[in-house]
Order: sequence, then structure tokens, then C-alpha cells
Amino acid sequence: MSTTSKTGREHTPGESGGAAADAAARGRAARDQDQDLGEAGSQLSTAPKEDLPNLPALGVIGWARWFWRQLTSMRVALLLLLLLSLAAIPGSLVPQTGVDETRVADFRERHEFLAQVYDKVGLFNVYSSVWFSAIYILLFVSLIGCIVPRTWQFVGQLRGRPPGAPQRLTRLPVYTTWRTEADPGQVREAALGLLRKRRFRAHLAGDAVAAEKGYLREAGNLAFHLALIVMLIAFAWGQLFKSEGNKLIVEGNGFANTLSQYDDFRSGNLFDVADLEPFSFDVKSFTGTYERSGPNKGTPRTYETELVYSEGAYGEERTTTVRVNEPLQIGDSKVYLVSHGYAPVVTVRDGEGKVVFKDAVPLLPLDSNVTSSGVVKVLDGYRNAEGKKEQLGFNAFFVPTFGGSRSGTMLSQFPALDYPVLALSAYHGDLKADSGIPQSVYQMDKTKMKEFKDSDGELFKKMLTPGETMTLPDGAGTVTFENDIREWAGFQMVQEPGGGWALGGALVAIAGLAGSLFIQRRRVWVRAVGGPDGVTVVEMAGLGRSESATVPEELGDLAGILYDQAPGAPGPEPSAESPDAPDAPDAPDTPDPQAVPAEGAEKP
Amino acid sequence: MSLAAATDLVTATSLAAAKNESLAEISNVLIYSAMAVYTLAFFAYIAEWIFGSRSKVARTAAALTPRAQAAKKTAPAVTVKQEGGTAVLERPKVVVRAAAGARDVPDGPGAHGGDAQGDLYGRIAVSLTVLAFLVEFGGVLTRALSVQRAPWGNMYEFNITFTTVAVGVYVLLLALKKNVRWLGLFLTTTVLLDLGLAVTVLYTASDQLVPALDSYWLYIHVSTAILCGAVFYVGAVGTVLYLFKDSYENKLARGGRPGSFATSVMERLPASASLDKFSYRINAAVFPLWTFTIIAGAIWAGDAWGRYWGWDPKETWSFITWVAYAGYLHARATAGWKGRKAAYLALLAFGCWLFNYYGVNIFVSGKHSYADVGLGALTAIGF
Ligand code: HEM
Repeated sequence: MSTTSKTGREHTPGESGGAAADAAARGRAARDQDQDLGEAGSQLSTAPKEDLPNLPALGVIGWARWFWRQLTSMRVALLLLLLLSLAAIPGSLVPQTGVDETRVADFRERHEFLAQVYDKVGLFNVYSSVWFSAIYILLFVSLIGCIVPRTWQFVGQLRGRPPGAPQRLTRLPVYTTWRTEADPGQVREAALGLLRKRRFRAHLAGDAVAAEKGYLREAGNLAFHLALIVMLIAFAWGQLFKSEGNKLIVEGNGFANTLSQYDDFRSGNLFDVADLEPFSFDVKSFTGTYERSGPNKGTPRTYETELVYSEGAYGEERTTTVRVNEPLQIGDSKVYLVSHGYAPVVTVRDGEGKVVFKDAVPLLPLDSNVTSSGVVKVLDGYRNAEGKKEQLGFNAFFVPTFGGSRSGTMLSQFPALDYPVLALSAYHGDLKADSGIPQSVYQMDKTKMKEFKDSDGELFKKMLTPGETMTLPDGAGTVTFENDIREWAGFQMVQEPGGGWALGGALVAIAGLAGSLFIQRRRVWVRAVGGPDGVTVVEMAGLGRSESATVPEELGDLAGILYDQAPGAPGPEPSAESPDAPDAPDAPDTPDPQAVPAEGAEKP
Repeated sequence: MSLAAATDLVTATSLAAAKNESLAEISNVLIYSAMAVYTLAFFAYIAEWIFGSRSKVARTAAALTPRAQAAKKTAPAVTVKQEGGTAVLERPKVVVRAAAGARDVPDGPGAHGGDAQGDLYGRIAVSLTVLAFLVEFGGVLTRALSVQRAPWGNMYEFNITFTTVAVGVYVLLLALKKNVRWLGLFLTTTVLLDLGLAVTVLYTASDQLVPALDSYWLYIHVSTAILCGAVFYVGAVGTVLYLFKDSYENKLARGGRPGSFATSVMERLPASASLDKFSYRINAAVFPLWTFTIIAGAIWAGDAWGRYWGWDPKETWSFITWVAYAGYLHARATAGWKGRKAAYLALLAFGCWLFNYYGVNIFVSGKHSYADVGLGALTAIGF
């Protein structure tokens, strides 16, 4: 429980008598000041009014209005912002399905019970969970409910004129005065001209000039909040219409952007196959070089692939290079280079020497030195020694840089092709490729396959260097590891519309934010009235949104110029404080008027 | 690649490596030297505070006592100065009054407390800080030359760059004649701790970046991230001091009598209103840049990883930090949240920033920090 003065310092009643009295006096003074300033002090921003949560009169409409006012208040916006940041935390600590599926699977295995609980509350999908969505949707409803009335209010302020001078200018935070022999009308004219030249919106209201500047602050603030909405919609749009798929392509081969060509494919809820951007490309070559020494030995230095692509069905062919950070962009689609590996060319001949298979076999890397594995499948055209139709399968293990037979390891020592070795083990029988179940090209279904046996009765296997041939047992044929090792590149094709809107929104957000935070909205009034002694008293006052060094500086500047046009007259010194001298003890004292109080903090 | 070409490549890289290693050596020497100079500066700041404690200032107490206030009222707006017999009217003076309800406490004189010897040590400390900054800057520069890229490929480099920029911000504010010398002791203390951490725990031998990290968006993104961090840090120091000074003023206003040590230190700091305004301005000034940093990071991620936003832990914590700072800015515009509550939010937001840097790199694995097989290692880096 606390009472809060307008400036927000809190005092708890009953802490000590002095403090409570002090607080009360301050609160009263604050209210007094606001009443004094009246219209002049209001409307300097379009921020929603802070009203205490009075309970509404009964009735559905009353409650609905009350609820709406709460939702669009600054206090609730602040709470929702804090809730949003709090709610985002678990997603960074618990593995997320959308980010790293393998880690989620890993977690499920290790914590079975916890995983069930997490599933219930959506902790594996925090950013699409009900509670997370609820928070940001509420926030954005609040934002819209806040932005719309503020925009109208701001338009109204732009249409209207700066409010006229308050009765007692001395009450304003920045004030100066002097006496001059110039005619009051002349002074006002001069002030009007000066303020307009400084790009204030100024007009004459009664005996004073009223001027205001810095509307861009409000405009910037509104633009920033609007841009947030645009960004959110663009992001949601992108997610709904997004598609993303992968394709592994060996040097020399190509790709056309249709669903059937993808190795795997995912898409958003509203994605339609017809939306796929039409394009195609051929992979000319892949180039990789690797760090040869030092602690990061083996990490890639160049890593790029050359493509010939064409947009549309019959587009013109163009050549481009795709690197890790430099995708190829076609319309809303981007083609990323995401992985790389080797595809040794293997030739298989039957017992009579007839070529039954000759192709580059892409193998999947197992580690960062590209130790790779895969299978060679001979599906058609092979007849065994007895002349019977059969299928052949080979488990393939490949290292681009073999450690040597004495190294004691089969793992690759380096990612480049320094000492390539291909190890094959051989099977024959039925690969069950026609069973209707889609098969991975990197795995072999061995249920109907028989091992070839070597002379010891073990599985027949051999290590080959490029150009070497191994002869299968019992005249079953030969396998040649050709002196031709191609490379393959893995591509990810991502199509995400709305990126342009998100980027545009982001740029507007930054610009608006800068305007909102760096520009001061402020008002200046200049009053000139003739006194009974024929001398004119000029009063100038300024009001900014916050106490800032710039408002006094600017007023001093303006006063200096105006003073030159309406020089001071000798005589009794008008006092800055005299009108409210008998005020409460909290009235500010001004020992050195030029010293801006509390000014250790300069603009950074 | 043919074998001959490969051998050529090996010799070329090892020659370059030798040259780079000597540069890296120089860099290490410079960083250690900078630490030594920062230590001297640290002691000089301590001396400034100690000598400053001899003077007895009690401006805050005076301003918060009603009787003292009543004594000095009203001031002339225009003064007349006699100059060679003719009266010259000076320009009208601008009277500034604090907002109603705000305390009108003058700023403290600074750590030296008006003591001449303290002031001398303070000046020495500032000179030493500038010297240390230059030496450390040299260390960062040679490190960058040795790896032939921007010096933020790993946490060690990030730390040395971060502290250099933080001290750079301080030196810049001093050069702009801002009243910030009171920051000196707090800054050098943490800079020393941070550098100590860098050279012991986080040290990484120099090396080049892997291609995934080699993009100009990285340069934009990480350089602004470091700058924002450094400025947020300076703002956070201001906020902490604000909280202390504000409790001190509250205590005085309630008629309490703070201890002599607290009095001695607090009386020399700027008024709580000034500290509050200082940290607000610092934070508000970098918030747009932090927004830009996140967007630049998203653009980079769009090019490098195929999505511009994917809730990777680093991205998530940048977002959390951003929302927390937005909350702080909102709090200042919301009745009942200004002052201390807003200050706590600012500290919370900075805590998020710190966690994003240290916590996420050390405790949480994500795209920013783990090796992605097939793409080559994305080494653990700052951002
Ligand atoms: C989506 C989440 C939001 C974010 C990230 C956000 C961010 C910001 C930021 C950074 C500022 C500071 C600019 C300044 O001080 O001038 C600001 C100001 C402001 N915001 Fe928001 N805001 C959000 C939602 C809202 C909502 C829901 C409301 C309405 C209830 C709102 C109303 C305002 C107002 C009135 C200001 C101006 C305060 C002033 O004049 O000092 N904002 N906002």
C-alpha cells in the first residue's frame, strides 16, 4: 500500500511522521501544478491516462469497458512485456522441437517422466505453446488498443494549435523574464518570427505567443509501435506459408524445384505446392579447402559450389557461386549450401565382365573429417555365376585421408582427399527394393541378403585405393573403385514470404525508436505585457516532457536572441519567484539560476 | 587438388602462421601491460577516494533539511554588472525548477571531495586509465592483425574487445567534458576482473574464422553488440549507484543518520536524480542500437542458417534482453514504476545481457556455440 506522487517517488505512510507529511505536501504540490498548467501541460504526449483500477458499475458493458481499459493501460502493457521475457526463458533451457529435434529425442530417452510432464505443458514447443501465444497475443491486442486512440489523439493535436499560455508562467519548470522598453506587440511579433524560424509551430494567443516543437517524437513512437505489429504479422505470415526442404546433389547433377525432387520437405499450415517458386539448377562443382595446421586444423577455409541456374520454367541460364553465408536468392526462395561429402565412382561387373553398375555413390559424412558411410546397390541387370538374376549390395565406408594401416584407426584424419580409401563388404540376394516401402539410399535391408564369404568363411570385405579392383568370390564379378571421386553438396531450399515486410518493419521500428528517444517534445510561451510604468515585462517559459538539459538551454538561447531585439530596461528587478513565494516548503529554491539542478547527467 | 599444390599450400600457411604468431605474442604482452596500468589506475582512484574523504561535504543533507531551504530563496533574473562605469545588462538568466515533488539536491563534488591532493590523484588515475586504454587498444589491434579479421572470434577476444570499448566509452564521456569521473573506480575494478578472467579461463590461441562466421554482417552485428554491451554496462553502474544514493537521500529525508563511511562516499556522488537521469540517457541512447544489433543478427542468421529467427538460445536471450529494456523504458512512463522500480528493471535487463554473453556460452548449447558436423565447426564465439 502506498501513495504515489506524480513523479513516482513512493512514500509509505506511517514510515515516519516527517516523511509522510513531506510526501503529502509533495503530492499536493504536484496536483497544484497540474491544475495551474491546465491545458498547457496536458497533451504533451498521447500516453494513456493512468487511472486507478476503480471497480466498474455492474453490468456486462461496464465490466467489458473496465477490462478493456485495464488491458490497454501502460501498467498492463508493462506487465505483459515482463511476462513475455519471462516466458521466453524456458525455451532457451529446454531443448526445442523446432530448433534441435535430436536433442529433444535425447532428452526424452534420459528423462522419461519429465518428458511427459514437459509434453503436457508444451515445454518442447515453448514458442508455439498456448501460454506463450496467449501472452504475446494479449500484448499485441493491448498494443493495438493503445495505438489506435493514440493515433487519433495525435492527429487531433496536429490539427489543433499549441495550447495558450498558462496564467502563471513562473510555475513552469523553465522560466525567464526581463523588462524592456520595446512595445509589447513588437516583442510578441519578434517572438513569433523567431519561433517560427526555429521551426516551432507558433501562434498568437491573447497576450502571449504559444509554440510547440518536436511532434516527430510522438510520430516516431507511434511508428515504432505500428512497425512492431507489421513485424509480427510478417513473421506469422512467413511461418504459415513457409516451406523448406533438403536435397543432396552430386557434382554434374541437377535439381528442379518440385516436391518430388526433394529428399525431405516440410511446410507451414497454409503452404500450397503450387506456391513453389519455379527454378532449376545444375551443380557444376564443389570446392573445399581446409586449414592445414594449427589448433583449428581441418576446419573449412573455402567452402563453395558453382551452380548454373535458371528462373522460371525456361529461364535464361546463369552461373553463380553459393557459399555458406551467401545463398542464392530467387524470388521468395533461397538456396543454401548446408553440407558436403564425397561420392566415389564405383563400377560393378558381373562374372562375364559386363558392366552392370557404374555411378557416383554419395556417402554421408560421420564426422568433421568426412569419414563417410553408405551403400552401393545393384538392382537390375546382374546375373550371378549360375546365370540367375540377383541383386548386389555393398556396405561402403570411405575416408578421404586414411591414417595408414599402422595408425590403428579407420577414421579419416583430414577432410580433403589426401589419401582416399574405400572399404567395401559384399552381399547378394534380394534388396527388397520393390516391396513398396520407400527405402533410404544410404541403408541396406539385409533381411533377404546373404554375405559373400572369404576363404576363412568370414564376410568378404576389402579396402581399395583409387583405381583398384576387387574380385568377388566364386566368379561373382568385380568391383572397381574408379580414379574418379566426385563431391556432393547438400542444399536447403527455403521459401519464406513476408521477409521484405519484416525487414521494412524493422527499419521503420529503428527509425521510429530513434525519433521517439532522441527528440524532445516541448512547448515555449512568450508573454509580453505593458506595465503601469510604461515598461514592458517579457516572460518566457518552457515545458518539456521530462526534465532535460536541452529545454533550459534552448529557452536561454531563444531568450538571448529576443533580448537583443528587446533590450532590457533598468528598473526594479522582476523576481523569478515572487508570485508564489508563500508556497509550500517544497517550492524549488534557485540559488544559482543558471545552474541547472541535477545536471550531473549529460546527454551521452 | 594435386599433391604438389597441397604441399605449396602447407608451406604458405605455415610461413604466414609464423608471422602471425609473433603478432599474437605482441598482443598478449600488450594485454598484460594494460592490466598492469589498469591496476595502477585502480590504486590512483582508491587514493582519490581516500584523500577525498578528508573534506567534509554535506550538500545533500543541507538540501534535504527544510530550514536550509527556506534560507535561500528567490534570485534575480537579470543582474547588472558594472563594467568601466557603464551599466551592462547581462542576458536574462534562465530559472530551472525541479519537477514538483522531486528532490532538489545538488550533485556531489566527485571522489576527490574538493581536496586538492585527492583531485591530483584523480587526475593521475584518469591519465593512467587513458594510457591503459591505449595499450589495451594496441593489444586488441595486434590480435586482430594476427588473425587477419575482427578480434571477436572467441570469448577471449570478445572480452578484451568488450573491456576496451567500455573504457573507451568512459574516456569519450570524459573527453566530452561530462561529469563522469566518479565512474572510474567502479569501471577499472570490473575491467580488471574481466581481463583476469579473459587471460586465465578464456584464453584461446589466435586463429582464423571458419567460413560460417566470415560475413560482413558478423562484423556489423558483433561490433554493435559489443558497443551496446559496453554502454549498457556503464548505464548499469550508474543505476547501482543511483539505488545507493537514493536510499541514502531517503534516509536523510526521513531524518535518519547514515554512517560516516556512507556519508563520506555518498556525499561525493552526484545527486540521485542525476544518476537516475544518467543511466536513463545511457540506456535510452543505446536501445535503438541494440534493436539494430538484433536485426542485423537476424539478417546474418537468414544468410548463414536459412532462417532469420529460430529461437536459438542466443537469439532468445537477445530477445529477452530487448524486451526487458523495453519494459524499463515503459516503466519510466508508467506512474508507480518510476524511480527505484524502474532501476531494478534496468538491472534485471542488464543481468539478461550478461547471461546472454556468459551464461548462454557456457551453460547452454545452441547454433551459436556448438560444432555443426558437416558444416565444419562453428566454434564457440561471443555472438
Ligand atoms: C509489443 C510490445 C511493446 C514494445 C516492445 C514497446 C516498446 C516501447 C519502447 C521501447 C518505448 C520507448 C520509447 C519512448 O520512451 O519514447 C515505448 C514507449 C511507449 N509505449 Fe510501448 N511497447 C510495446 C507495447 C506497448 C503497449 C501495449 C502500449 C499501450 C498500452 C504501449 C504504449 C507506449 C507508450 C504510450 C509509450 C510512450 C511513453 C512515453 O511517452 O514516454 N506500448 N514502447
